[in-house]
Amino acid sequence: MEFQAVVMAAGGGSRMTDLTSSIPKPLLPVGNRPLLWYPLNLLERAGFEEVIVITRKEIQKMLNLDTKMKLDFVCVSDNMDMGTADSLRHIHQKIKTDVLVLSCDLITDVDLYKVVDLFRTHDASLSMLMKKAHEPTEGVPGQKGKKKPVEQRDFIGVDDTGKRLLFMANEADLDEELVIKRSILQKHPRMHIRTGLMDAHLYCLKKYVLDFLVENRTITSLRSELIPHLVRKQFSSPPSLQQGLDNKEEDQKKKEQASLDIYSFIKEDNSLLKPAPDNSCWNDHRGDMNETLHEGKVRCYVHIMKEGLCYRVNTLGLYIEANRQVPKLLLNLGLEESLVHGSAQITDRGMVGSDSIIGPSTQIGEKTSIKRSIIGSMCTIKDKVKITNCIIMNSVTIEEGCCLQGSVICHNAVIEKGADIKDCLIGSDQRLETKAKHVNEVIVGTEQLMEI
Amino acid sequence: QPSQAGAHTGTSPPKPAHGLGAAVGGPGGTSAAPCEGPEPLEGPEGSPCRGLPLALGCISRRDWAQTPHSSPAAAAQPTSPPASADGPGDGEKPAAGKSKAELRAERRAKQEAERAQKQARKAELSQAATTAKPRQSPTEPQSMVKRLPEHVQVDDPAAQRKLAKKLERQQVPLRQDYGTKVNLFSHLHQYSRKKPLTQQMSIPSTVIHPAVVRLGLQYSQGIINGSNARCIALLEVFKQLIRDYSTPPNEELSRDLVAKLKPHISFLNQCRPLSASMGNAIKFLKKEISCLPDTLREDEAKEKLQDVIDKYLREKIVLAAEAISRSAFEKINDHDVILVYGCSSLVNRTLCDAHAKQGRAFRVIVVDSRPRLEGRQTLRRLVRRGIHCTYVMINAISYVLPEVSKVLLGAHALLANGSVMSRVGTSQIALVSKAHNVPVLVCCETYKFCERVQTDSFVSNELDDPDDLIVLRKGQAQLGGWAENKSLRLLNLVYDVTPPDLVDLVITDLGMIPCTSVPVVLRVKNVDQ
Repeated sequence: MEFQAVVMAAGGGSRMTDLTSSIPKPLLPVGNRPLLWYPLNLLERAGFEEVIVITRKEIQKMLNLDTKMKLDFVCVSDNMDMGTADSLRHIHQKIKTDVLVLSCDLITDVDLYKVVDLFRTHDASLSMLMKKAHEPTEGVPGQKGKKKPVEQRDFIGVDDTGKRLLFMANEADLDEELVIKRSILQKHPRMHIRTGLMDAHLYCLKKYVLDFLVENRTITSLRSELIPHLVRKQFSSPPSLQQGLDNKEEDQKKKEQASLDIYSFIKEDNSLLKPAPDNSCWNDHRGDMNETLHEGKVRCYVHIMKEGLCYRVNTLGLYIEANRQVPKLLLNLGLEESLVHGSAQITDRGMVGSDSIIGPSTQIGEKTSIKRSIIGSMCTIKDKVKITNCIIMNSVTIEEGCCLQGSVICHNAVIEKGADIKDCLIGSDQRLETKAKHVNEVIVGTEQLMEI
Repeated sequence: QPSQAGAHTGTSPPKPAHGLGAAVGGPGGTSAAPCEGPEPLEGPEGSPCRGLPLALGCISRRDWAQTPHSSPAAAAQPTSPPASADGPGDGEKPAAGKSKAELRAERRAKQEAERAQKQARKAELSQAATTAKPRQSPTEPQSMVKRLPEHVQVDDPAAQRKLAKKLERQQVPLRQDYGTKVNLFSHLHQYSRKKPLTQQMSIPSTVIHPAVVRLGLQYSQGIINGSNARCIALLEVFKQLIRDYSTPPNEELSRDLVAKLKPHISFLNQCRPLSASMGNAIKFLKKEISCLPDTLREDEAKEKLQDVIDKYLREKIVLAAEAISRSAFEKINDHDVILVYGCSSLVNRTLCDAHAKQGRAFRVIVVDSRPRLEGRQTLRRLVRRGIHCTYVMINAISYVLPEVSKVLLGAHALLANGSVMSRVGTSQIALVSKAHNVPVLVCCETYKFCERVQTDSFVSNELDDPDDLIVLRKGQAQLGGWAENKSLRLLNLVYDVTPPDLVDLVITDLGMIPCTSVPVVLRVKNVDQ
């Protein structure tokens, strides 16, 4: 077996608590499908037949996915605050080969073979996917003013070909300067440093990286600890090469550290690659006298997508953005014959825009216009309602004469007659009074507000 | 139901029942095609360039040698299981009771019946189809069916359809050709590196072993280059395949393993056409597998195969390189100026060893050519050892040749008429050296000797990705839009053929022989086997 796929669906969605306090993140509807469906669909299209899904018990109970793959659910309890690396450590018994790790909030139409081919061809330790980050242009409910929350930038250094990952640092870890080791520049004189790249959290990892993770219990998160560690390790020499230790004590310490070093986990069964590169006339760099790949054993590669969709739905703004783009994606995949579900009862077909998705069993009254919106299942929308740019989840009731713009309305909400909602987030089970007027507000229940 | 891979050999002449006379040149049609003889024929009148290559003569050496090699060892074509069922099995199985013989007789009768049926069906179909090529129909049963290998028939739709069917059956994706080809080479495949074969395969590859997928990717992306490197990598991957193989119940390892190897070989062939060294290695391995005695247990058989592969690697590649290095050392004199071209692992090793022996002081001129620029790798390896090197491009050879005392070249394959098939540009160097009266020495191991005959570089060659010729200068890609220009074609040839009269000496592990002795070596090799 070449790969095993792991989808991390236990995470909380800490950056959009307004939404995720009532609905767990993997179940958030995007285009009327649970968020978890998208990475699973990506794997299914690529040809995977089995996937390990790490999730929480309550999520697994509520999941109802139609997929031909065999899903192996591993439940972690809610109390343990497990990072992504901890989850991998939890299931390491099940992993027998190289592993492909995905996050549940990834919506993309990337050709998976491009990422995996880098991993195969260069026998890489790590291969990941990135895309130029897309600034959400539309207003996000609950945001006061135009000021966007400042995200910490990531500095990514790639080599001339754009495939080899040389450097990775987050602005949060740096004081004022970006420090680049001389050894990196000696081996790769031309390095392109990019900011504004979004990490898709799709990693191909070799088995020995997982073994290293198991031994090294200090690493809790993949993205913030393991990946930068691997990128740094590319240019540090294995401890066996460091000679000249006279002090016995130092020897002892080094030995302990050595056993935690990743080089000790790289088994030498790569003997089949050994004689061939000596004879082969290929080199990944030119201009110096060094061997191919500088004889480095740890290699990290990245595929930077230029076109196509790639979203990580971890903020409200990205959630809304993803919902806008998903109808196109679903049409391209050929999954929705028509965006309007067959069982929806719509009185005025003409008033429903062509880029709106209507879920099953939804009733839409007369003279109701729906533009660029996504409406879930079992909703009841009465007459003379105007809905523009909204995301409406399941079982929502909207009475007559309402006007909704740019809002997100969660499950089971009820909006009474004549309400005028603009750029708001209405939480689950909320009830808005008649003729309510809300602009740019977040209305959630008080018990949800108490959760920190 | 015995799994017979011979199902597609429908057009073969019916084999005589005793099996030993199995046509050697017969229905071999495997991907070890480079070493099979195509036959001289006139092609359809439509294509103008068809007559040219064939008229120049791409003849099987068996034709003019006129001895069908019916040695029993050679007849054990492992690709035709019906024959091999009769062949090696006969001599080596002890009479283990009537039941086995009865079963075998039954199987043979069933196979003959199936084959007769298939012949009848094919005869019906061929009456309907109008193929101008007589080679598809069996002429006389005794004459060997000569076939052009698939990889030089890209512009023939019937052959391509056959290939597509075969690949579909083996569940190997078909790689699409890319870009318009130069007319003279339209009979060859031209692939793009940006469209790897894995695009059409499922990600955790199930049909093809992951190590083979990785190898195929490394071939097609050019990571493993050079005929020795490719062959070594191939054999190592085969060792892993054999390690991971387990015989299904009711199957014999000797037959099933060969059948299991075929899709992998097709896959590698689609990634990059097999080299002559790889073809010979595959032939050898298939023969070894089919010659396994049935008495061995599975793990013993697997271990024996691993040993056999190790022995082949050690003897034919590693020790041969050492032998060649020693022989070549005698030819290197003090204060020699040696010219080398491109990057040949053998030549590099020879020069490094010669320098290490410290008996002779010599310097090297490395000649390089675009687009591969392999000379730089040679330069890197030689300069690291302290050899004094000069680096020129191929258009400067007439400038440097007056000071050169000998030219040392590597080879991709040595053909049966003594021609040397090597990286494109080698024949130019040999030609200009001849004009300057500089001796040309070719280093080549015997396992690269090939039974094909070629007198030109057009018939059988390899077209590399034409986009490699696009060069970025100051941010502008000259030739970047070549595909839109209808009258522009890019040609990136990989190999060329040097005629034997331009080569003075071939240094092999059997000694130093003139080019014309290559057929003798081949004959000796065949008799040995």
